[in-house]
Amino acid sequence: MHTQTIAQLAAGLREKKFSSRELTQHFLKRIDAHDGALNSYVTITAERALKQADAADAVIAAGNAGLLTGIPIGQKDIFCTQGVRTACGSKMLDTFIAPYDATIVEKLDAAGMVMLGKLNMDEFAMGSSNETSFYGPVCNPWDKTRVPGGSSGGSVACVAAGLAPVATATDTGGSIRQPAALTNLTGIKPTYGRVSRYGMIAFASSLDQAGVVARSAEDAAQVLQAMSGFDPKDSTSVERPVDDLVSGLNTSIRGLTIGLPKEYFADGMSAGVRERIEQAIATLTKLGANFKEISLPNSPLSVPTYYVVAPAEASSNLARFDGVRYGHRAEGAKSLEELYKRSRGEGFGAEVQRRIMIGTYVLSHGYYDAYYLQAQKVRRLIYDDFKRAFADGIDLVLSPTATDVAFKFGENSDDPVAMYLNDIYTIAANLAGIPAMSLPCGFVDGLPTGFQLMGNFFAEARMLNVAHQYQQATDFHTKWPTEYAS
Amino acid sequence: MSLSPEQIRQVAQLARLELNPEQVEPYARQLSNILEMVDRLSSVDTANVSPMAHPLDMVQRLRPDTISETDRRDDYQAIAPETQDGLYLVPKVIE
Repeated sequence: MHTQTIAQLAAGLREKKFSSRELTQHFLKRIDAHDGALNSYVTITAERALKQADAADAVIAAGNAGLLTGIPIGQKDIFCTQGVRTACGSKMLDTFIAPYDATIVEKLDAAGMVMLGKLNMDEFAMGSSNETSFYGPVCNPWDKTRVPGGSSGGSVACVAAGLAPVATATDTGGSIRQPAALTNLTGIKPTYGRVSRYGMIAFASSLDQAGVVARSAEDAAQVLQAMSGFDPKDSTSVERPVDDLVSGLNTSIRGLTIGLPKEYFADGMSAGVRERIEQAIATLTKLGANFKEISLPNSPLSVPTYYVVAPAEASSNLARFDGVRYGHRAEGAKSLEELYKRSRGEGFGAEVQRRIMIGTYVLSHGYYDAYYLQAQKVRRLIYDDFKRAFADGIDLVLSPTATDVAFKFGENSDDPVAMYLNDIYTIAANLAGIPAMSLPCGFVDGLPTGFQLMGNFFAEARMLNVAHQYQQATDFHTKWPTEYAS
Repeated sequence: MSLSPEQIRQVAQLARLELNPEQVEPYARQLSNILEMVDRLSSVDTANVSPMAHPLDMVQRLRPDTISETDRRDDYQAIAPETQDGLYLVPKVIE
């Protein structure tokens, strides 16, 4: 059952080939058998899942099932889940039982989905390898000596290994797309403001966006459809009807114009990745897409801009962790200031502390203009590059997702700057606020690679259409890591 | 731009972070490397560019000033490290 698409599972439920309870038990058994080695789940919510499955079975029996009714899902542990620990990969929140549900949790529950558990991640979503989690690293199911990418490492590992059919994830600088590329999955980060951030623990509020990792564009479209929409509880939620992401998947892509930014195809990517991307371009050309070289001249500035803007916002957001209202509290502090300092010193790991300090520094008196204000101005230049490209008739932009296949544990963990350069192709979409996705394009030495599509604001449906058409013409996304296929 | 261990201690104080003494030197080195990478921004001409705080042109929405939440103080205090009589406890602030 774990190799089936969501549409196949939904048909199986409707035709009574299996119940949602049986489907849920199947995945719980797989988690039990395989997750000891992978570490993708930090909390398994078996009891809650079986209750939801029974409720879904009743809805199915009554003939009221939607497409997602009774389908299991994993939730990244950044989303608040009422009554269930929400730790965000941090010792700071190790004992935090969320008192409310994130809007997307409410929406997916309402759609009848069954939450299997909460998924491992880099601490506060800060990382590109899932090595910063308080709960230990997640292994890549394609090679357990390698990272799954990050920060949504648990989300991708559990889906790639068939420990959930689909999972939620979040993306501040590439945290959906880079891990999707490294594990042969399809991952989409929608337009900023398309999916509610209410109840999603904040990292960098002007960049954070929730999305999905799945085994196909079709699966991703179906779940993203259910997550999207205006939410009055999120002041940055966009008041605009949600496009139908599913009905247009089979539209022809003939005549589509895809831009290839020359800056993204300069040095940087490995020879193997380059070859796979060129193959993907050839496939899309055969399907009728036209390619055009474009220039996004400011894109080399994305990484430095991000590492001012994101830590600045993080240092403000993470100021709320004070050891007073919730979260870790140091023992025996003699003064309020000591309580703050020790609770935060003990509760945050090294990468989070680095980013809080960078953010504090670039916002501090005397440095604000030189760093933060300048970064916000360069952010505008990066945004203008995309605006110009789309105004010039480019429908989508194609690039690599990651520079290479998954790297080994420890390879980049002592050198933050080397780690940050993992996100060189993904960060610009967050700075600009545009939607972007990664999809599988073949293997190098048995390890998955992916390519990225970026679209204009609210172009999710078109992007998913192109991705689906590509997946109809290729079979990379159907490949499984041998150990987990059966 | 490089940061000295003393500057790291100052920034950590501003951020209310207690650092282990042995972390200060590696943090100084790592943060200096990050700032060096970021320094590339200083050479960009942004004379006529307005800063971009946010990807969407939007204004703060307002809602009618009516009660929309129920009182859940007990739920919120149940997850607090230390409370008493409905109040959050902290170390003594005023002698």
